Amino acid sequence: MQKKLLMLSITIAISYSNPAFSNNEYELLRQEIELLKKNYEQRIQTLEQRLKKTEEQAQQANSTAQNAAQKLEQTELTSTASNRTDNSFNPALSIILDGRYADFDNDPDAYELPGFSLGGEAGLGKEGFSIGHTELTASANIDDQFYGELTVAIHEDDNETEVEVEQAFVQTLGLGNGMTIKAGRFFSAMGYINEQHEHAWDFADAPLIYRGLFGNKLLDDGLQISYIAPTDLFFQLGTELLSGDKFPAGGNSDGIGAWTAFADLGGDIGIEHSWSLGLSHWEADDIDGRTSGGHSHGNEEHEEVPSFTGESKISALDLVYKWSPNGNPKNHNFKFQFEYFVRDEDGSITMLNSEPLETSSYDGDQSGWYAQAVYQFMPHWRTGFRYDQLDSDNTGSDSDILEEAGLDDEGHTPKRYSTMLEWLPSEYSRIRLQYNRDKSYEEADNQFFLQYTHSLGSHGTHNY
Amino acid sequence: MKTTIKVVLMNLLLSMSTMVKAEIQVLACEPEWGSLVNSLGGKQVNVYQATTNQQDPHHIQARPSLIAKARRADLLVCAGAELEAGWLPLLLRKSGNPDIQAGKPGYFMASDYVTLLDKATTLDRSYGDVHAAGNPHVHLDPERLLKVAQALSQTLIAIDPDNQENYQINLNSFTQKWLNMGQKWRKQTLSLTNKSIVVYHRSWIYLQKWLGLNEVGALEPKPGIPPTSSHLTQLLVRMKQTPADMIIYASYQDSKAAKWLSQKTGIPTVMLNISPDEGESLFDWYQQLIDRLVKEKK
Repeated sequence: MQKKLLMLSITIAISYSNPAFSNNEYELLRQEIELLKKNYEQRIQTLEQRLKKTEEQAQQANSTAQNAAQKLEQTELTSTASNRTDNSFNPALSIILDGRYADFDNDPDAYELPGFSLGGEAGLGKEGFSIGHTELTASANIDDQFYGELTVAIHEDDNETEVEVEQAFVQTLGLGNGMTIKAGRFFSAMGYINEQHEHAWDFADAPLIYRGLFGNKLLDDGLQISYIAPTDLFFQLGTELLSGDKFPAGGNSDGIGAWTAFADLGGDIGIEHSWSLGLSHWEADDIDGRTSGGHSHGNEEHEEVPSFTGESKISALDLVYKWSPNGNPKNHNFKFQFEYFVRDEDGSITMLNSEPLETSSYDGDQSGWYAQAVYQFMPHWRTGFRYDQLDSDNTGSDSDILEEAGLDDEGHTPKRYSTMLEWLPSEYSRIRLQYNRDKSYEEADNQFFLQYTHSLGSHGTHNY
Repeated sequence: MKTTIKVVLMNLLLSMSTMVKAEIQVLACEPEWGSLVNSLGGKQVNVYQATTNQQDPHHIQARPSLIAKARRADLLVCAGAELEAGWLPLLLRKSGNPDIQAGKPGYFMASDYVTLLDKATTLDRSYGDVHAAGNPHVHLDPERLLKVAQALSQTLIAIDPDNQENYQINLNSFTQKWLNMGQKWRKQTLSLTNKSIVVYHRSWIYLQKWLGLNEVGALEPKPGIPPTSSHLTQLLVRMKQTPADMIIYASYQDSKAAKWLSQKTGIPTVMLNISPDEGESLFDWYQQLIDRLVKEKK
């Protein structure tokens, strides 16, 4: 409309401004203008159409965007729902990286614990730089009835890389009534720290009594049955039936070579204090040729190795107490633990590779304990102190053979004082500095460790 | 004759089983869920709270007392989304209780029933404590909490169908009251919209979103990493140029850094209970949360 008016006014204006135009000329001009007008109107029409189209397209785009947003919200919802089952399909994987720098005054190869024949992984380890246990753990719920876990430890022994299956077990989830059965290879429920991975320990090395009796750790293949009573106070009873093939049992038994029984009590006192008390017993009645390191005399090939045959019983008591302000251990916390072990053995000791074969009857009576306290005095910093002590009174028909086997206490009471300082930048990393004044044998040793222990992968567990 | 004996025996057994079946034993990982179960379950539930609002629910150990509680629980109510990743799986494995294992009706994770904010896109721990599933503190959003309440009520009915009616009534009255209070809180907090806050840890994003608060900084340099002096100095410079309206920290977080920044800048600090006190209802707790914020706002 407006355009038509414009045209008209132009025509009028032209006609007025040129009154001298002839009729012919006027007609020509009018035609031209008419053409122009048509042209113009056409162009406007197409423009209008284009505008309409664009508007429609914009509307379409808008609704598509809305649809997309809706869909996104829906997928978000479904994705949260699927979060629930993520872990049951992918085993949780975790890797522990552990390494240290160790410095000893004495020769670590000269290490001994008078009164105890060392076996398993007992010993001080390498001086200088070395990597410790590199651990790989995969675990998952297998279905609604079973949980499974595999832990493989890789470590170096005399420049040879050893891969060791530390734990490989399945356990029930669905038995009910507080019953749980575990089968496979697992850390025994003896004592308190035996069930923990070494990287979860508060010191870089095992307590002396663990070193002396178990070669650091008691693990075996078998079956564990445990029961938790339906009480407010934590009360657990359990037993393990084991192959008895591994140190400190030994020999090849066809059936059950060793067994344990354990009982645990525990609870809270108010909000800030908690405790646990455990009693456990391990027994192997038919050990046949358990070898261990004695005093190594003579050359390597013809080294005389003490071998024990007979029955062995170990009883243990453990006590743990923890405190944290308001029961919130994140920034400050305190932990005290105490374990006591006593071993009673009856049988004979034979020195393998000796000529003529040396044998003595053996009545072993060994015990030991440690107590330690660890305090997180500020966020990410912990310090701790530990004291170890062992006693033994072993007798036999030939005391020379017992001495050769390292079972004579040489009039010495093994002791050790340890202190450590830890920095934990996050839940997943730890740097530890530890000092031991080690009086395991007659010559006291000063030992320093600088150790890192880092965890990669799935979230670790906050064991009690 | 035999059949009558059978019927009598069956009846006897049934009546015994209903007699024995007393309250539902509930283990709640955090106080908010304990409080919610109490509201929805009423007299039919007996709730034990694994943590208090003075404790960081992430840093709890699988203590013997908690294992004993898990052993007897019929229902487990937790936030989920990895908040309890360090201790709950262990508790479940040690409990010897099939009813509360993952996937069972007695395993209730609140974050499974709402959309989560803050899903980590980069799963790299150098970014601090990253939660792949998203931020687990969903109870701080009244709307999400209501969704969880509905789902939880369904769960209670599934576990204890005999008391379905009670649970329905409880849910209805809770919903009604919660919606009314929600409207009241909205009005009360209009003045908080677009206020800027500094937080200790990103615990409050659901509350922030609901109230329209803007987070302009965190005392932690990275999630889960405690405040460092270099980070605080940077934050101080920023706060001197464009001061925030409030510094917010949770009852279980260290107040030192918040107070230091407050002293240097004059920005008020607000200590908020991220969870209800013992025995406190969700209504009272949320009201207090809002009262404190409104009072401290500049």
